[in-house]
Amino acid sequence: MSNSNSKSEIQRRKKKTIEYGRFGYFFIAPFFIVYLIFSLWPLLYTLGLSFYEYYASNGGASYVGPNFIGLKNYMSEIKLFITDFSKILGNIAGSPQSIGNAFYNTFYIWFFNFVPQILLSLLLASWFTDIRIKLKGQGGFKVMMYMPNIITAATIAALFYSLFAVGGPGDQFLVGLGLKEKTFDLLNDTGFRRLLIAFIQFWMWYGNTMIILIAGVLGISPSLFEAAMVDGATSKQIYRNVTLPLLKPILLYTLVTSAIGGMQMFDIPKLMIKKAADYKTETISMYIFKHGISTRNLGKGATASVLLFVVTLILSLILFYIMRDKDEIKERKENKKYMKKIGKE
Amino acid sequence: MNNKKRENKFQPLLISQRTIRYIVCIFLCILSILPFWIMLVNSTRTSVAIQQGISLIPSDHLINNLTNFLSEYKNVWLNMGNSAFISIISTGLCVYASSMVAYGLTVYKFKGRNFAWSFILAVMMVPAQVSAIGFFRFMQQLGLLNTYIPLILPAIAAPSVVFFMKQFMKNGLPLEIVDAARIDGSGEINTFNRIALPLLKPAIATQAIFAFIASWNNYFTPAMIISEEKRYTLPMLIAKIKDVDPSNFDLGRTYVGLTLTVIPIFIVYFALSKYIIAGVALGGVKE
Repeated sequence: MSNSNSKSEIQRRKKKTIEYGRFGYFFIAPFFIVYLIFSLWPLLYTLGLSFYEYYASNGGASYVGPNFIGLKNYMSEIKLFITDFSKILGNIAGSPQSIGNAFYNTFYIWFFNFVPQILLSLLLASWFTDIRIKLKGQGGFKVMMYMPNIITAATIAALFYSLFAVGGPGDQFLVGLGLKEKTFDLLNDTGFRRLLIAFIQFWMWYGNTMIILIAGVLGISPSLFEAAMVDGATSKQIYRNVTLPLLKPILLYTLVTSAIGGMQMFDIPKLMIKKAADYKTETISMYIFKHGISTRNLGKGATASVLLFVVTLILSLILFYIMRDKDEIKERKENKKYMKKIGKE
Repeated sequence: MNNKKRENKFQPLLISQRTIRYIVCIFLCILSILPFWIMLVNSTRTSVAIQQGISLIPSDHLINNLTNFLSEYKNVWLNMGNSAFISIISTGLCVYASSMVAYGLTVYKFKGRNFAWSFILAVMMVPAQVSAIGFFRFMQQLGLLNTYIPLILPAIAAPSVVFFMKQFMKNGLPLEIVDAARIDGSGEINTFNRIALPLLKPAIATQAIFAFIASWNNYFTPAMIISEEKRYTLPMLIAKIKDVDPSNFDLGRTYVGLTLTVIPIFIVYFALSKYIIAGVALGGVKE
């Protein structure tokens, strides 16, 4: 009697867990439905469009295509890429203005933003977590340094644009220092504008990176620092041999997110140009936007998008490869060997 | 004793190091504030005065500039309202739907659960702009250009928010509570709304702040979808202010416009800075 009772009880319970499991689908459904419609389908659609000749004519009144042309879009984009790069590297006259130029600008701006950013953030993180010299008012410093990150990027771009326009405060400051002629328009100078955009990005993001790195340092077990101190390590040695290696995962995280974010850079360079036909600081996102959306050459825009995706992917993989834990891999290999050996014996 | 001696020996060095660090930090803080301070000051000066030189002391033309700005850009309140409308609704949808997914993946065991989780992790790294062309064309086909639906609904699928919520639930949501609620006869949806959500409040608050700011600051998507001026969001208005021909530029007016767009964020930021900084720190320790 009691036996059959418990059996039916078990069955009932089983049934119940199955019933509960079904609710899981209900809870994850909204996300997946929306993702499918607004992200996944557009992604596949973009990939598809990259194989088609498809563009607006008559000022957007009608479309030419879609005609399947296979890899022709890719061939022409890659060709443009190579011509642009030979122009840039060879310093040949004639301004590069296609996809190669856009990628070059994107990398250039990202590099001059990221290198100083990570160096300053590491320095500040080491200062803010230093046990020997405790800085007061850290909370306030963090709030101030992080602030530019939260302000609308469009506003910041417009602000810097007016600061460095001829007669703007930044412009006047440089004239006052005797660094430039009064009538010279800084915003027309390619080198200056690229570095200005890189500086703005740096200025907006170092606070963010610093806070993440501080959190990373604070996450390291204090006993490791204590042990190093007992062993007589100087703070520089501790930083190099304890902190940095343990920060590696977080450094990788910042590197990857910054690289992906940098490849998408749009607002600031977009608002830094004066007119549409200005390619000096055109980034890859602006290139995609211009061709795919403003002039509605969907095939060309889609091809550039796919190329951006590929570059982002390669970049992330390279970063993962560079930052991989060599010791761990070595250990794993040795473990494998050892296991094999044991297995054979 | 020995220790003290050592400290004394290094004391002058420590003091000078400390001073250098303070000076650098204060310099960086000034660097953060200075552009905005110049903007604020310039919004109170006449265009002529602005062109004559830099000043760090406010003048008395604020009201004048403001009326000039408001008569030129009549839609500014409307645009701000649009931004607020889009940001508030998409933030609500984003955190609610993301909590739902995280809850579903934490509490229930079902076929495909691991796949769903791996999928979310995989798409987290895909840049949004890669799918922009397809998104634009698809929205055009659906007749959704110049509507807010493409700006609001995609917020429901935010992989990074789901990731954060799920990490939080690991420790923040004891499954025994869910079981206890079931025994007490609470329905599954009711349990989520009444019992799980209140427990997740801290995580929801953090993510809501970031979702709101991301939506408020977004320029790329609205620039793609919206072309009707009355439907502009704030970043689009800023782009328009900036694009005015510099020859008949009223600089005071421009700075006042920029100031107006920054003030709401300043208020939010300084009111919630504690949570924001903590949220940034949490976001980084994802491993």
